[in-house]
Amino acid sequence: MFAYIIRRLFILVPTLLGVSLIVFLMLRLTPGDPAELLLGERATEKSLQEVREHLGLNEPLHVQYGMFMKRLMKGDLGETIFTRQKVWIEIKQRFPATMELAVCALFLSCVFGVVLGIISATKQYSIFDYLSMLGALAGVSMPIFWLGLVLMLFFSVNLGWLPISGRLSVATTLEVITNFYVIDAILTKNWLALKDALWHLIMPSVTLSTIPTAIIARMTRSSMLEVLRQDYIKTAKAKGLSKFKVVYKHALRNALIPVVTTIGLQFGVLLCGAILTETIFAWPGVGKWMYDAVMQRDYMVIQGGTLIIATIFIVINLFVDLLYAVINPKISIR
Amino acid sequence: MDEKTKNKDPMDRHPMLEQLSQLWRNKTAIAGLIIIAVFILAALFAPYISPHDPLETSLYDQLKPPIWHEGGTTQYLLGTDDLGRDILSRLIYGARISLIVSVISVSLAFVFGTLIGCISGYKKGRLDNITMRIMDIILSFPYILLAIVIVAYLGPSLRNAMVAIGITYIPRFARIVRGSVLEECEKDYVTAAKAIGAKEFRIIFLAILPNCLGPLIVQTTLSFASAILDAAALSFLGLGAQPPTPEWGAMIAQSRSLILRASWVMTLPGLAILFAVLGFNLLGDGLRDALDPRLRD
Repeated sequence: MFAYIIRRLFILVPTLLGVSLIVFLMLRLTPGDPAELLLGERATEKSLQEVREHLGLNEPLHVQYGMFMKRLMKGDLGETIFTRQKVWIEIKQRFPATMELAVCALFLSCVFGVVLGIISATKQYSIFDYLSMLGALAGVSMPIFWLGLVLMLFFSVNLGWLPISGRLSVATTLEVITNFYVIDAILTKNWLALKDALWHLIMPSVTLSTIPTAIIARMTRSSMLEVLRQDYIKTAKAKGLSKFKVVYKHALRNALIPVVTTIGLQFGVLLCGAILTETIFAWPGVGKWMYDAVMQRDYMVIQGGTLIIATIFIVINLFVDLLYAVINPKISIR
Repeated sequence: MDEKTKNKDPMDRHPMLEQLSQLWRNKTAIAGLIIIAVFILAALFAPYISPHDPLETSLYDQLKPPIWHEGGTTQYLLGTDDLGRDILSRLIYGARISLIVSVISVSLAFVFGTLIGCISGYKKGRLDNITMRIMDIILSFPYILLAIVIVAYLGPSLRNAMVAIGITYIPRFARIVRGSVLEECEKDYVTAAKAIGAKEFRIIFLAILPNCLGPLIVQTTLSFASAILDAAALSFLGLGAQPPTPEWGAMIAQSRSLILRASWVMTLPGLAILFAVLGFNLLGDGLRDALDPRLRD
């Protein structure tokens, strides 16, 4: 096991290097002067010169990459063009909002996905099975930005039940500690703010959770069907165990092994689905920040954000692989 | 020899026929095919069936509701948008754009992915290691983010969106093809082909590749579905089709400010996307059941 972890960590290094190389090359290979791209068209010749100096744009490409990596090692992702803030600081400020949304969406999709999958599998070819699988297929076929707008139209505009956008109502005050509003509200025992924060979370997280829910439901169903066909389940039934016990105690444990992997992989998907969801619901997270940067052509933000998100994505996938190895007794790792 | 082939056992049909009949019996696949056929027909005959010009604005017919709403008219069956353009016509022309976009971007990924996968799987060794590492790196980006970033650098346009989607889809194809090629390489017919001195090109593309088509076809179909979705998402974000192009995602983006006054301008293009994508997903699922016996229930 230890050797496996070491080996996986070892592969991590070239992958991360590759990611940094791609991010580095994108700006350099884009037609036009990188300094001008970074500063915009109205930049003065003097500031352009400064940027060229700082990024070493007059040096050959491999020297530039060396300088890029050196800055990266020091945690220097550069400054944003419009707010003149450190990119790293901006990401740190926005990351909790995205995490809050992603965790909430993942929770919803785990609960609904697994439950739908189990019921569909135990009642295979029933009306429920057909409907939920058709629903799952529609879920992966739906543009989530559209679903978000439809939910908004229905629950905020027509019914007025849910707030239309943002993380908190204007009237609500909350002392910000961790920037996870739900946690902050609990820490400061501000129950009004807690309710408000959760209320704001509902629509974006439901929107974001549709695709993972559908994928998890389909995975759970097929995995469960496979397990239910095995001999030990027959034995359990023959022993006279109740159906509930057979399904939830004997079958579910083994059926969930591939599902856990799927769930883990969805987390990465959620982080990037956040770009669309956050844009629609004006959720002040990393996704919306990236979108704004793309619109304003703030390449420093795009560069930094891409690096960070890709790194998180890779690390999560690594954890999922390791987790899979831990929970699956069938895999013996040399 | 001739005797044997004449005595055809009904159980011994050509595997492709077997798969086709599997597909025919598969209701989901047929449903998918029908939906796709409708969209293809709409795209092909757009100029003949659409009642209006999709770009023609009409000052006096702004935000006319669809026919089932109060005040709807038969002149504009699905209503009009804020510039008085006929939504039905825009949806029909939108089918054209979405299908072209998905065909081009998936073809791009198909050609490059298959080439990379074939060579990598056949040559093995160092080359295989390096190319698959590169594919892993591309896969390690959340792909919609990668597409967004590529378009951000290249500049927003439908062409660049297609390029971006194509690039991000290459690894899927490369991996699948490589896996099948590795498997096929172990088989006797490849050894035989090598023994009679066939050229590598011939072995790879005429002997091995046709045997890897099953999973490739499934992947292609499912990629059409996600390419339509991703192109719509990019256009929605303003990175793909630019106004006044009647692209579904762009139509939804333009309708955001109208959500209070005219919801149909937003809901209808979304339904078009949903059905088109659903069609390809249904067909893809059906094809997988038919072409991959291991997954058959």
